[in-house]
Amino acid sequence: MRSLLPPEYIVRIDQDRCRRCGRCVRNCGFGALSFEHSFWHRAKELFQGSTEDLQKVIAHVEEYVPDRVVADNRKCVQCHYCVTHCPEGAINIEPNPLAYKANHYWLPHYQKNIVKQAESGGMILTGSGNDKPYFSYFDHLVLDACQVTNPSIDPLREPMELRTYLGSRPKALEIEQDSDGEPVLKTKLTPQVKLEIPIVFAAMSYGAISLNAQKALAMAAKECGVLMNTGEGGMHRDLYPYADHIIGQVASGRFGVNPEYLERAAMLEIKIGQGAKPGIGGHLPGEKVDEEVSRTRMIPVGSDALSPAPHHDIYSIEDLAQLISALKEATAYTKPVGVKIAAVHNVAAIASGIARAGADVIYIDGFRGGTGATPMIIRDHVGIPIELALAAVDDRLRQEGIRNQVSLIAAGGIRHSGDVAKAIALGADAVAIGTAALIAMGCHVCQQCFSGNCSWGIATQRPELTRHLNPEEAGQRLANLLRGWALELKEILGSLGINAIESLRGSRLRLRGVGLSEQDLEILGVKPAGR
Amino acid sequence: MLLREGEVRIPSGCAVSAILNVKGRCINGEAITQSIACMRERSNGLGGGFAAYGIYPEFKDHYAFHLLCETEQGRLDAEELLRQNFLIDRSEPIPTRKVIGIENPPAVWRYFARVRPEKAVGCSSTAEGNLVTSVVMKINKHCDRAYVASSGKNMGVFKGVGFPEDIAAFYRLEEYEGYLWTAHGRFPTNTPGWWGGAHPLGLLDWSVVHNGEISSYGANKRYLEMFRYRLELQTDTEVVAYLFDLLHRRHDLPLELVCRVLAAPFWKDIDRMPEPQRRLYTALRQVYGSALLNGPFSIIVAHGKGLIGLNDRIKLRPLVYARKGDFVLMGSEESALRRIFGEPDEVRAVWGGEPVIVELEGGSAQ
Ligand code: SF4
Ligand code: SF4
Repeated sequence: MRSLLPPEYIVRIDQDRCRRCGRCVRNCGFGALSFEHSFWHRAKELFQGSTEDLQKVIAHVEEYVPDRVVADNRKCVQCHYCVTHCPEGAINIEPNPLAYKANHYWLPHYQKNIVKQAESGGMILTGSGNDKPYFSYFDHLVLDACQVTNPSIDPLREPMELRTYLGSRPKALEIEQDSDGEPVLKTKLTPQVKLEIPIVFAAMSYGAISLNAQKALAMAAKECGVLMNTGEGGMHRDLYPYADHIIGQVASGRFGVNPEYLERAAMLEIKIGQGAKPGIGGHLPGEKVDEEVSRTRMIPVGSDALSPAPHHDIYSIEDLAQLISALKEATAYTKPVGVKIAAVHNVAAIASGIARAGADVIYIDGFRGGTGATPMIIRDHVGIPIELALAAVDDRLRQEGIRNQVSLIAAGGIRHSGDVAKAIALGADAVAIGTAALIAMGCHVCQQCFSGNCSWGIATQRPELTRHLNPEEAGQRLANLLRGWALELKEILGSLGINAIESLRGSRLRLRGVGLSEQDLEILGVKPAGR
Repeated sequence: MLLREGEVRIPSGCAVSAILNVKGRCINGEAITQSIACMRERSNGLGGGFAAYGIYPEFKDHYAFHLLCETEQGRLDAEELLRQNFLIDRSEPIPTRKVIGIENPPAVWRYFARVRPEKAVGCSSTAEGNLVTSVVMKINKHCDRAYVASSGKNMGVFKGVGFPEDIAAFYRLEEYEGYLWTAHGRFPTNTPGWWGGAHPLGLLDWSVVHNGEISSYGANKRYLEMFRYRLELQTDTEVVAYLFDLLHRRHDLPLELVCRVLAAPFWKDIDRMPEPQRRLYTALRQVYGSALLNGPFSIIVAHGKGLIGLNDRIKLRPLVYARKGDFVLMGSEESALRRIFGEPDEVRAVWGGEPVIVELEGGSAQ
C-alpha cells in the first residue's frame, strides 16, 4: 500500500558547505541519505539508444551538476548521527511544520499512528521510555540544606561516603567475645554486593544492544565500582573479565542461563517485569540473532528469541519463592538474588510478598523506564510513576518491619543526580539508569531501538553500525557521567550536613513538595515547602 | 497558635556537663549546677535540666517515675495507666521552691513503683524494660499534657523551662546526694512551649544530654519507627536515647559498639582494619547504617553503672574530658570542668567518633 505518512522531519543539506565526503550517506542506519548521481542518472534517463538521445546527453554535459547528498525525509528519525558527525556542519534537521494541521486534541502523534496502523494493520512498536507529558513528581520535590543550626559539610575537605551495599540484612547483629575479650561478629551475613556509587546500570541485553555497548557498560561499571546488568541475553565471553561487576539476569526466556552463567555473575536478578512494558514479554527478531548472539543466548542463528510474558514456572508468589531458592541453591548462597518488577498499582503488596519470598534485592521500574522494543500503547499507558511506587513500597516494608530484609533499587526515568538524591531520600538504596547511560554513549533518544538500525551503534547488531561505537571511548563517557554524578551527590550530602549516603536513605524530612496535592504529599510522605 | 515541642521540630544549641564518682561516692547537686551555670551563654533560658543517680537509696529497687503534668486530669490519667501495670508504693509531689525566672511550672510528681506480679511476663529484665517503655510511651502520647521525665531505678530527671541554675534551685537539687550527675542548658531557636521539651531525656535507667543538631534525624526516626518507637518530641535527644535503648538493651550490642554505630568509622578506615575487626565493622555499617547519627553532636549518656561521652565522627561540636581523683568530668567547655574542682589531673578534648566509656569501679554504686 502506498504510504500517506508525511515526513516528520526535513533534512536540509547545505550544498555550499558539503564537501561530499559521503560520511553521512554511509553512516545513516536508516538509509535516509544518498548521493544523487545527478549527471549519470540524468544521462541514463536521456539515453534510450538513439543518436538523438546522444545529442541530448551531450547537451546535458553542459549543465553538469556534480553529485550531491539528498535525503529521503520519510526515513529520517532525527537520531542526529549525521548532524553530529558531519565534518562541515552542513546538515540540519527540522521538524516538518506542515506534516499535520494543528489541532490541540488530535495531536500529530495520534494522527500519525492512526495512519500507520491503517496502512499496516499492526501494533505500533517503539523503543526507549514513555515520552508523554505525565506529571513528574521528581520535578515537584526539592531538597533541604543546612543553615546555622546544623552546619553544612564541605566535600572538598571532609570525607563523603557514597558506598552502598546491596543485599538482605538481619534486624540485629549478634556479637560474641574472643579469648582476648574483643568483640567479634557471630552473625553470618547473607551475601552483600558493594557499590561505590549508589547507581547501577539497568538491564540491557546483548541482542537489544550491541556487544560494544555492553562492553562499554561493563568497563565503566568496573572502573567506578558499580554494576551493569546482562539483561536477558546471557553473558558474552568478552564480558567475563568484568563478571564481578555484572548482574546476571534470569528472565522468562531463560536465554543464556546455565550453571556457569549463574556462577560467574556478581549478583542474580529474576526479571518479572519492566517499567516500559509491564506484563509484556520480549521479542528479539531472528535477523538480530547472528552467530555471536546465538551462542550467547544459546538459541539457533536466525531464530526469533521470544521471552514469554510470564515465566512459565512462575504463576504465583510461592513459585517465585521457589525460583529464588533454586538460584540460591545453585550458587551455594554466595550471591544476592534480586527480583525486578514494574511499578504497577499494587506494587507495595507485591514487593512485600517478594521480600517474604526470600529476595535480597527488589528492583522497581517506574513507567518512564526504557526498553529496546515494546508496543507503544503499553509503554505510554501502563504502570505508575517510580516516585509514588517507591514511597509506597518503602512505607509498606517499614510498616511490616521487613525493610532491612531487602535492598531497594529504583529506576525508570532517573535523569540526573538530583533525581538520584530524591529517590534515595524517598527510600531507595540505589537507583538504576538505562536511558541516561545510553545518552552518555551517544543515544539521542530517537526511540527507534526496536528497528535494529541504531546509527549510534548501540541498539543494533549490524556490523557496519556497531562499528560506530568504540567501547573504550563510550566506557569512558559512562565512567565520566558516574563520576560527575558522584561529585554532585557529595555536594548534595554536604549541603544537607551529612557525610554518608545512608543518612539520606528514607529521610523524607529532607524533601519538600512544591505544587503537590495533599494526597500526593501523603503518599510520598513529604511535607509541603514552607512547613 | 504557637506550636509546642513535639508538634514542631525545634533546632537548638546547648551546653552539657557531667560528673561521675567512679567509686560511687555521692555528692550533692551544687557542683554540677556550678559547672553548667559557668556556660550560661550557651543557653538562653528556654530549657535546663539535670539527671541524678543514686538519689533514692531507700527506694533503690523501685522504678522512680518523674512526671511533669500541666493538667490535673492528665496526671490522674497517667497515674491510672501506672496503676494498671505497677504497684505504687509512694506517690508525692517533688519538693520545689519558688524561684524568680521560673514561670508557670507544671505539677511535678514522682511515683515509686514495682511491676505488678501478674504483669511480670517471663520475669526477664528485657520484658520488664519493654513494659516500662511502653507505659512511658503511652502516657506521653495519650495523657493530656502529662509527660514522663524519667523512669529508672534510684535515679531521676529534673528539668524545665529556664536557665539550668534556676531549675536547680527550683528543684532544690542541693538536697539530693548522687554519685552521677549530668546537666543540660538549652538554646532552642523557638520556644518549646512546655517543660517536656527540656532535657535530659530519661528512659529506664538511661538519660541523655545532647548538644547538636542531628542532620540524619529523618533517617534515624524512620528506622526507630520500624521498631515501634514513637518519637513524640521530635528531638534529637529522643533519637539518641531510643537508639541506645534499641541497640544496647534490645539488641544487646556492647556499649562500645553502640557508639561505633552512632558515630561509625569511615569506610576508608574500616577497609584498613585487620580481620576479623574489618568484618565486624563492615557488618555494623551494613546492618545499622540507618542508626548512624550524622551531623554535629556531642552527647553524654548516663546509666546506673556509668557514663558515655561521644562526639560526631568529624567533631563538629565540642566535648572535653577531665579527671580529678575519683571524679570523671565531661562537658562542652573546659572552663566548666575546671570550675568544679580546679586544676584537673588530666584534661583533654574527646576525638571525633571516639567513645569515652567510664564505668563505676566494681560495676555498681555502693
Ligand atoms: S557528512 Fe557532511 S560533508 Fe560529508 S557528505 Fe554528508 S553532509 Fe556532506
Ligand atoms: S539507542 Fe539508538 S535507536 Fe535507540 S533511541 Fe538511542 S539512538 Fe535511537
